[in-house]
Amino acid sequence: MVMKMNYEFDNNIPIYIQLVERLKIDIISGKLKPGDRLPSVRDYALSLKVNPNTMQKALAELEEIKLIFTERTNGKYVTSDQKLIDKFREKYANELSNKYFLSMQSIGFNKIETINYLKEIGGKK
Amino acid sequence: MNLLECINLCKSYGNKEVLKDINLTIPKGKIIGLLGKNGTGKTTLIKLINDLLTPSSGKILVNGKEIGCESKKIISYLPERTYLDKSMTIDKVIKYFEDFYDNFNSNKAKKLLIDLDLDLSQKISKMSKGMQEKLQLVLVMSREADLYILDEPLGGVDPATRDYILDTILTNFKDGASVIISTHLISDIERILDEVIFIDKGRIMLQSDCDELRNKENSSIDEVFRRMFKC
Repeated sequence: MVMKMNYEFDNNIPIYIQLVERLKIDIISGKLKPGDRLPSVRDYALSLKVNPNTMQKALAELEEIKLIFTERTNGKYVTSDQKLIDKFREKYANELSNKYFLSMQSIGFNKIETINYLKEIGGKK
Repeated sequence: MNLLECINLCKSYGNKEVLKDINLTIPKGKIIGLLGKNGTGKTTLIKLINDLLTPSSGKILVNGKEIGCESKKIISYLPERTYLDKSMTIDKVIKYFEDFYDNFNSNKAKKLLIDLDLDLSQKISKMSKGMQEKLQLVLVMSREADLYILDEPLGGVDPATRDYILDTILTNFKDGASVIISTHLISDIERILDEVIFIDKGRIMLQSDCDELRNKENSSIDEVFRRMFKC
């Protein structure tokens, strides 16, 4: 698996937290598929240009929430539990939608107006 | 066992105390930023660890033993100023490093230099300043050392070259080894660091895990540093 990605990191937020978020999104979006084997910690870290210890910490966190698991001596894999992935996906979609509604509210759209607006521009594309 | 330990380390030049009672431990497998303003003792500390200066008092232990011949074998050091003879060709410098260091991987060095599009039969004096700095870094990172000490590796190079230097450090240090990088260009470097050490007026002001510090202060390391050492 060749991975070349250039993530920009924000120096104000712990790097491992940003890594956890990025990898979560990779799993939710299907960029990383259920059951995929992850590169070794070191290779993975170097492909994302981060410190291997930071990557280790991020992977430990993902393992804690069960999105990835370690097969003894064999490496780390993305979970095959589609239900769990869907649950995280749903949570993300919810958060993003709420943020969107709030932004629209700040320029004077209520929820119904926002939904109607979405329908309108959605139809045009 | 800690890779490096400084115990009650002091250094004076004449009457001037440059380092005051430094106590420091560096574990294995970490990238550590030694951060401080100009003239706060960073280079003096680095020279002491490399046995190029003698402490006024205190001790430095590498792998539990006092520094000397054995510690020089496992420490790869990038000084602030180059010491290479500029009339040499790159090929010749590689040969020179091969003779000097048992743990020098010349194939790795050649590969990295060819990736930089450098002609190995070229004389160093014919290379640009930035290229000379890259060459020096490649030589230092091509040693399979336990501790890499890099004194201001980013000084005087453009931002694109800085990225090249950081990536070269990150992708080439031996698994399990540690790297100490001294700099005042904090924002450029903080993404690759595990830990930071703040040094000011010859004293250690802070040693902390980077992500813990970001969490605690809710800001970047650069910001924390600026706040702490406001002129």
